[in-house]
Amino acid sequence: MNQSIPLFPERASSFAGGVDAFFIFLVLVALFFSVVVGVGILYFSFRHRRTASNPVGKIVAGSLSLEIAWMAVPFVIAMFMFAWGSKLYVEMRRPPSDALEIYVVGKQWMWKVQHPDGRREFDELHVPVNRDIKLTMISEDVIHDFFVPAFRVKMDVLPGRYTTLWFRATKTGRYHLFCSQYCGTEHSHMGGWVIVMEPSDYQAWLSGGSGSESLEQAGQALFTQLACVSCHGEGQGPGPRAPALRGVYGSKVKLSDGRTVLADEAYIRESILDPRAKIVMGYEPIMPTFQGVISEDQLLQLIAYVKSLGVPPAGAQRSVAGKE
Amino acid sequence: MERTGALLGQFRDLDQQRDTVALGMWVFLLTEIMFFGGMFLTYTIYRLKFPHAFAEGSRELDVVKGGWNTAVLIASSFTMALAVRAAQMRKRKLLCILLASTMILGGVFLGVKYFEYAQKFEHHLVPGPDFHMSAPDAAQVQIFFSLYFAMTGMHALHMIIGEGMLLALLIYSWRGKYTGGYFAPVENGGLYWHFVDIVWIFLFPLLYLVDLHR
Amino acid sequence: MSATTASPAAASSPLQPPRENYLNASYGIRSWLLTTDHKRIALLYLISITSFFALGGVFALLIRLQLLTPEGWLVGPDTYNRLFTMHGIVMIFFFLIPAIPGVLGNFLVPLMIGAKDLAFPRLNLLSWYIFNIGALFTFYAILTGGIDTGWTFYPPYSSIFSNSQVAAAVIGIFITGFTSILTGLNFIVTIHTMRAPGMTWWRLPIFVWAHYATSIIMVLGTPVLAITLVLVAGERLLHLGFFDPRLGGDPLLFQHLFWFYSHPAVYIMILPAMGVTTEIVATFARKNLFGYKFVAAASLAIAVIGFLVWAHHMFVAGLSIYAAMAFSMLSYLVAIPSAVKVFNWTATLYRGSVSWQTPMLYALGFIGLFVMGGMTGLFLASLGADVHVHDTYFVVAHFHYIMVGGAVMGYLGGLHFWWPKISGRMYPEGLSRAAAIILFVGFNLTFFPQFVLGYLGMPRRYASYPPEFQVLNVLSTAGASILGLGYILPIIYFVWSMRYGKVASPNPWPATGLEWQASSPPPSENFETTPVVTWEPYDFEHRPDLGLPKPERAQPEKLEAPGLQGRD
Repeated sequence: MNQSIPLFPERASSFAGGVDAFFIFLVLVALFFSVVVGVGILYFSFRHRRTASNPVGKIVAGSLSLEIAWMAVPFVIAMFMFAWGSKLYVEMRRPPSDALEIYVVGKQWMWKVQHPDGRREFDELHVPVNRDIKLTMISEDVIHDFFVPAFRVKMDVLPGRYTTLWFRATKTGRYHLFCSQYCGTEHSHMGGWVIVMEPSDYQAWLSGGSGSESLEQAGQALFTQLACVSCHGEGQGPGPRAPALRGVYGSKVKLSDGRTVLADEAYIRESILDPRAKIVMGYEPIMPTFQGVISEDQLLQLIAYVKSLGVPPAGAQRSVAGKE
Repeated sequence: MERTGALLGQFRDLDQQRDTVALGMWVFLLTEIMFFGGMFLTYTIYRLKFPHAFAEGSRELDVVKGGWNTAVLIASSFTMALAVRAAQMRKRKLLCILLASTMILGGVFLGVKYFEYAQKFEHHLVPGPDFHMSAPDAAQVQIFFSLYFAMTGMHALHMIIGEGMLLALLIYSWRGKYTGGYFAPVENGGLYWHFVDIVWIFLFPLLYLVDLHR
Repeated sequence: MSATTASPAAASSPLQPPRENYLNASYGIRSWLLTTDHKRIALLYLISITSFFALGGVFALLIRLQLLTPEGWLVGPDTYNRLFTMHGIVMIFFFLIPAIPGVLGNFLVPLMIGAKDLAFPRLNLLSWYIFNIGALFTFYAILTGGIDTGWTFYPPYSSIFSNSQVAAAVIGIFITGFTSILTGLNFIVTIHTMRAPGMTWWRLPIFVWAHYATSIIMVLGTPVLAITLVLVAGERLLHLGFFDPRLGGDPLLFQHLFWFYSHPAVYIMILPAMGVTTEIVATFARKNLFGYKFVAAASLAIAVIGFLVWAHHMFVAGLSIYAAMAFSMLSYLVAIPSAVKVFNWTATLYRGSVSWQTPMLYALGFIGLFVMGGMTGLFLASLGADVHVHDTYFVVAHFHYIMVGGAVMGYLGGLHFWWPKISGRMYPEGLSRAAAIILFVGFNLTFFPQFVLGYLGMPRRYASYPPEFQVLNVLSTAGASILGLGYILPIIYFVWSMRYGKVASPNPWPATGLEWQASSPPPSENFETTPVVTWEPYDFEHRPDLGLPKPERAQPEKLEAPGLQGRD
């Protein structure tokens, strides 16, 4: 694309080409109908303009076939657009399972980015090129939105709930990051940069951090500090009063009310903040809530720790898990 | 616009007037369904989310008073329906008695409601800074009570407006206005009153009868 | 086959307006503020609407001035956030929603159906008062610090974090909502029960069909907005927790409730303008409307399907993939009836006798700009593209094409078309054409660059922006100044015309609607005797009273088919 005519942002992700192609198609369709209607109006207005010899219009009968035609043709085109657009969207909403996970916490008016190995950054996101990246995001206050025009991706960042966004950057460089859900006074300045690097440069950058502990390590420290061990044990087997956490992430958990739920990030977060919402079958509702005692960053650390405690073998279901 | 007897100036004849005013009341009730419907929808969503908290909140409500009020309101709908019939049969005194009875029954309902609300204030169950409940999910019980006050409050407001309407109907009925063959206002007033009654019939089980036997 | 009343115009001198009309039937401020005449109430609305439009326009001017430079030179971000919020609130709730129904609908619906007034004239007056009371609350909010939440009031920002007059503004909008509800109720009942003898449903002008469809939306949707606002106010004032995740609430519930009304609301804003356009196109092509029944049905279809698409505002808000796909599919469906209308308008011009007088310029401009706005709506309906352009200037451009290029031009076109009926005077044609063209040019210059800005990635509601977006912003602001001129001119010459404009005949165009059978301006009672309608809508063939030559049948061409001209 000719860079001197800025009509498109840079194409820097695996989505960008597809979205732009779709967009161009939409522009052509819009252009087509605009031209058809515009030319129709102008031509008819001129050809049948009012003159002394044409003082009043002719009587033109309606046409059922024409009405049906101009309902059916736009319908077919619309369904084609729907299919194409949905295909792109479904791909955008389904992150690959082996994506590199990075955590983002939005707050008025900055972005806090947490790499799994411990490196933190603010208002910037460093990623390696040609690697699937999955962002798990949450807000500490109001609704924000993580938008990278060059990648053609965006997702709202909500309080109280994780949302995810994934991409594969295809070009090294520096790309705008914008908050694009109005969030208060400094909404316009809540942005930054996504920096895409060669893998070797990315590694170098990662290790250039101040040697801080990884997310899992921080989570493990927190696990002890907040006395989770006293009920859940060291995390290897079932604790005295609480379900074992080993292998819980990604498994299906049977609850006391009969439901079965998937233990994903949202489940773990809810279990910490609102333990009574879902009680595991066979256990008492005695877990205290940590609402107000723990920040979103700390929650992410704990979740990373729980995730590190192993994934269950395929098909495993946990029910009265303490009696494994 | 000129008025000729009961006929308002914008209408051609009493038939058109009657049809128009009736349709107007129906359309108005449709908007009321959408308004209360929004609250019912919100109630449904949060009840599905917090079944335990809603049961707890519901247990704090006085089923006896609520049940009594339900009976009172149904009785008032009955007297209202009879009033419409009395107007149709051109029985002025009977019409006035029945309208007054409807008003009295409505007043009983509102009186009992007042006592219920007063009790909530005493028990710190009114949402806001004064709300207090010693339960771990107090915040969600507060949502229940927010909906309780919003829904029953809106309902009570509609009843108060209905009482005003009944009073106006009563006064005009006493003057013989509706026993001369044209009694559409009594009919439409009846429609309104029945609607308010139906709303309560939905409110009562949803608010008072959650998990009654636990 | 002629009809109706003795033409009152014949009773007066051709050089003077008819002696007794609704304007001079009584004098004094009380006769206006306590009127129940739908025509006077329409003028009361005209005054309110114009004032609110001016206020909203001032906010727009400040917004565009601010965006001349990347750093935002005029005001700080706090003030800017209040400016765009109040621009949205005033324009949507106090101009776009009430304008055409309140001014043109109120004035014309009884005339078009042959009634003396609306079904409930006093309710009509009450609606106007409620409108202004709601406005007073909102102005109080504006004057005591403003609101900075965006017109969409998303929690938790609006309910917990914002330091602005949210409660007062929300109460103002709640109150004004009753104007919509009561006006809609009035129109629905009037159209059902007050039609003159012979005015069957399939003889109604499309303007009436459009207002009927609009009224259905007003009546069903506005109460949901009311309850949503009550919940937000409750959360803000009493910390209730409906939408606060810390208390178990759900911010997305607000979005669903809000958009359940606010999406149909945009059809409230556009359907009446489509009705106006239909009247103008048929009149100035001097031809029967092509596909009358389809256009009428399309109005209803838009109203119904419009209730089913609300979550297309939430594709990146955290919806499930399946919900997103369902709403995307439905959003495409709602475009089809609009397309049907556009094609039928265009086909109406075929073999017509087209005149480019000012109302027609507005109507044709409406069609062109509505097509562009509508097509870009398809970009937003499509999930893959919406992810990129959601909450950017692309969306801003899309809805301004529909709202300004569409609804406002429809409103102005209607004002021009019916001005002779309303005032008894003509506006100056040369100046009005110039104004229409200035408006069209200014509009496109203002908003087309915003499509490009949006795709490039400039988010909306930004008080400052990266420097690479400046050129397009400057273009947009330049266009806005031209657009503003296009708005000021009509205000000036309409006022001028009330005193100095040429006196209008009852039917200057001429047009086929029943409203043109009354004098210009009409008497208070509209028609001296109840009209009896025997002609079909937009029928130039059986109307010798219009003073036009009898139209011939078009020679059989590919458009021949069983007639669907509403001949029932």
